[in-house]
Amino acid sequence: MSGAMGFLLWVKGPMFNIALAIFAIGLIARLVEIFLLGRAPNYAEPRAGEWGPGLRTMLSRTIADPGTFKRAPFNVVVGWVWHIGFLIALLLFIPHIELFKGVLGLYWPGLPNPVVDLVTAVTLITLLATLVHRLWHPVKRRISTTEDYLVWTIVFMVVLTGYLAYHRLVEPYPLALGMHILSAELMLIMLPFTKLTHIFTAFIARWYNGAAFGRKGVQS
Amino acid sequence: MSELTLERGLAAFRAEIDAPTAAFFSSCVHCGVCAQSCPFYLETGDPKYTPILKLEPLRLIWEAEFTLWGRIKGLLGLQEKVTDAMLAEWEELLYDSCSMCGRCSMVCPVGNDLAYMIRKSREGMVQAGHAPEGLINASIRAVTTGSPMGLQWKTLAVQIKHVEASTGLEVPVDKTGAEYLVMLSSMEVINFPEYLEAITKIFDHAGVTWTLSTQCFEATNAGIQIGNKDIAAQLVERVVAAAETLKVSKVISPECGHAFTAIRWEGPNLIGRPYPFRVFHIVEVLDELRATGRIQTEGKEDDRLSMHDPCNLARKSGVIQQQRNLIDLVAEDFVDMNEHGRFQWCCGAGGGVSSNERAEELKMAAFKRKKAQIEEVAPERMVTMCATCRTQLEEGLEEYNMDIPVIGLTEMIADHLVEKPRAAAEHDAEA
Repeated sequence: MSGAMGFLLWVKGPMFNIALAIFAIGLIARLVEIFLLGRAPNYAEPRAGEWGPGLRTMLSRTIADPGTFKRAPFNVVVGWVWHIGFLIALLLFIPHIELFKGVLGLYWPGLPNPVVDLVTAVTLITLLATLVHRLWHPVKRRISTTEDYLVWTIVFMVVLTGYLAYHRLVEPYPLALGMHILSAELMLIMLPFTKLTHIFTAFIARWYNGAAFGRKGVQS
Repeated sequence: MSELTLERGLAAFRAEIDAPTAAFFSSCVHCGVCAQSCPFYLETGDPKYTPILKLEPLRLIWEAEFTLWGRIKGLLGLQEKVTDAMLAEWEELLYDSCSMCGRCSMVCPVGNDLAYMIRKSREGMVQAGHAPEGLINASIRAVTTGSPMGLQWKTLAVQIKHVEASTGLEVPVDKTGAEYLVMLSSMEVINFPEYLEAITKIFDHAGVTWTLSTQCFEATNAGIQIGNKDIAAQLVERVVAAAETLKVSKVISPECGHAFTAIRWEGPNLIGRPYPFRVFHIVEVLDELRATGRIQTEGKEDDRLSMHDPCNLARKSGVIQQQRNLIDLVAEDFVDMNEHGRFQWCCGAGGGVSSNERAEELKMAAFKRKKAQIEEVAPERMVTMCATCRTQLEEGLEEYNMDIPVIGLTEMIADHLVEKPRAAAEHDAEA
């Protein structure tokens, strides 16, 4: 028990700070790497401004166009379900809100635990489905790299350890909670150096896309 | 030309990496949705044609040289390198199986503009000596003769004579101070001479002053298709010089998709300065003439028509409504395809694929997507406004024994002009 408690205190203390520091420095480095590259000046007469269409695409790409939905329904539906499930569990589980309150000073209302519990179970199942799809679909199998499987594993571990800790399925509890926190910290550490950066950069990418098309008079 | 090497290729790839490229590669989650938007993947079922995979050389260079983690991996000897053998393998992926139609750029959930990066990758491929023979030859002909097909002014001069004889109108050549400089594509001059006749009639009817230039008549840009900025800039400079010599205020790009994006969007950036004139696609000009009541038509086509939007014109340039306004003017029974405008499907021949002879089989495979779209709405004829698309549609429909003629929109408009134009004011512009 004391070993488990020591582990929990370590992940909540020094390790948490290390993870946050690597995450912050790594993310800033990645954003600087992107923005310092800049864009060449564009001398072609624009049809429209870049900001409006860019901002619209930042949001609109969240929804697939009808044709893509028809051709890749699994990608769209399962992708949506697990992303939303993950966000609900991350942002609306009351103990998580307490953590945000402690670190950021910001807080908001949460959802009742049984609701978050159900959402977490659905998230786990859909995450498993994405793995099966990645291994089975010829395109996904062909383009997948070690990083894809590594990132899948860490995301799955974060949700799974949270689920196990909540249901007291691993004893002692401090060990279960410690593993959950450690998984989340590993995810934070990996975030700036893997495709997990899309959490931030996808919005930059969408802006550039929307701006480039919008300039030419097309809402992308 | 000095020797093309892997080193030069890598340097060219490196020079292409900018903030959007870095944001795009940072964001890819390998979801594979881009494949579902690519006619080359969908119609062959081969996952190697997944758009994001085509960008692997550029991505590797970005990762190795433009990211912290890639540099660390490099120091540890873990970073995969771009090799000559890799580029040789990727030549087919970056040229033969990509028409740069930009559909993947419209559907990528994280917003990656993949076509933008394909265009960039080709710059590296050329410098590394891995561009297709067909495109190399087209580029050499474009530089040396002024036309990617080796067409010379004297051939066009013969055609001008024919047009003048059949219409009784003058085809203006080298007229200083005309409003419009009309550019052509060699493909059009050779395959669709009716286009020149059509604009001669329409501009006479609408009272538009225009001219051709003996200095430069070719609007297409083989340099952009192959991916060589120097050649591309040289070809754009010729158009600019011709327009400046004749002091025109507007330049018209012909019924050709890539010529339009080349001169309209890439051109000023290739030469590093804005133009002293404006650029329009012929369809934009015709729609403007329609809207201001300067085109008066009579009679309508009564068979069932559908339309193919050239990727370069619609998705990549925002010309979508204009062709529909025009067809409404002259067609009674027009039906749009289910996915049209910015979500239309490529004919399979753009982006240099049609100049790359060895890509013929892939080009015809990609056409099957268009064919399926055509079958869905079952038109009696197809209308389009790009000579490359039109040739591909004709060849494809022929290959599949589908008896559906293809017609250019400009000639269809010309066929319906009223003989003696009444006063523009009498006409309702929106009729």
